[in-house]
Amino acid sequence: MTKQTTEKEWPLWEVFIRSKAGLDHKHCGSVHASDAEIALESARDVYTRRSEGISIWVVPSNAITASKPEDKESLFEPADDKIYRHPTFYDIPKGAGKM
Amino acid sequence: MYGDTSIQKPIKIAEPTSAEQARLEEIFQQKIDDDIKIEPQEWMPAAYRKTLVRQMSQHAHSEVIGMQPEGNWLTRAPTLRRKVILLAKIQDEGGHGLYIYSAAETLGTSRAEMIEQLQNGKAKYSSIFNYPALTWADMGTIGWLVDGAAITNQVALSRGSYGPYSRAMIRICKEESFHQRQGYELLLTLSKGTKEQKEMLQESVNRFWWPSLMMFGPNDANSPHSAQSMKWKIKKKSNDQLRQEFIDATVPQAEFLGITLPDPDLKWNEERGHYDYGAIDWEEFGNVINGNGPCNKQRIANHIKAHEDGAWVREAAAAYAEKQQKKQVA
Repeated sequence: MTKQTTEKEWPLWEVFIRSKAGLDHKHCGSVHASDAEIALESARDVYTRRSEGISIWVVPSNAITASKPEDKESLFEPADDKIYRHPTFYDIPKGAGKM
Repeated sequence: MYGDTSIQKPIKIAEPTSAEQARLEEIFQQKIDDDIKIEPQEWMPAAYRKTLVRQMSQHAHSEVIGMQPEGNWLTRAPTLRRKVILLAKIQDEGGHGLYIYSAAETLGTSRAEMIEQLQNGKAKYSSIFNYPALTWADMGTIGWLVDGAAITNQVALSRGSYGPYSRAMIRICKEESFHQRQGYELLLTLSKGTKEQKEMLQESVNRFWWPSLMMFGPNDANSPHSAQSMKWKIKKKSNDQLRQEFIDATVPQAEFLGITLPDPDLKWNEERGHYDYGAIDWEEFGNVINGNGPCNKQRIANHIKAHEDGAWVREAAAAYAEKQQKKQVA
């Protein structure tokens, strides 16, 4: 085995960026960093070279719990047949005005 | 070759070993056919994953090695304006490498593994970066032709089926337009300069034209596993299609610069609605890809040296993080 694979790799961090005030942070990629501070600095260098953001979150990748793709149906399909949860389900006569 | 791995030995496509696997493969292909992107945790055929890891790691390596020919000119940029532009471009390339490494890691490969394969020669990178940047005009030509060819390729890749790769490509294409434009602007400046500057421009384009066309990879007839990549939408257009697109877009730009392109067979074909072009020297391409280009050894040696010179920084940062963690616990 060569030196690189025995060398301990820096942990992986997921990067989330708020592109402007009022918007949500959005996932944009990941960086390797030894600690949170370096993760922030690397995220800034890698993902915001053209004023793409005004705020960055970095989260250790292993701290994220994600839903499994195979659970997609049981998690999300029940919402598909509840069309009455949408405003367009209801007919309101024009005369009632804007609603 | 950003979008092409056909110069290497093929990745075996395994037959499904069970009814369950055949069903999964069918669902997978249906998603691809319906233009639904594939995301990291989802089931995918082993060969799809392997093909992507190979292509993405090589793409990332190309970005990173591509910093070297330009880095060579940083201290000799003729003006401060040109120098800050060149610095920004090189920094982008480092960034692009990182976007793609990060996307490749979602497939279960590690950064360390990819770097190791680059350094031991198991992974390739674009043949173009094994040519030296001999003159200042090369900084313009690389932006115009090399980045131009890369954009042609990457626009197609941004519509690919693997979510993280496609998203990385969208970011890269947005940023890379600046690379091509700054290069063309640099060449335009030379084209209005002294006789020597005009000659430097023409000489540079003469050297980079054919290697730029080779960036798209072998002719379709010699690109045997392209078909599978197209079926999986890892690849959206064939090598020859992309090469033709690039040539058609570039010839008028060359005319505008007032230079010639070093191909006597290059001419507009009214019937096809495309430019015809001469035969590409595939022997040269093979030689350069397989390690015998003018700069292969130097590029890898530089990469290894930079990596090893940086080892103490990585170790120190890791030790610092460990110490801070212990303090917190105590």
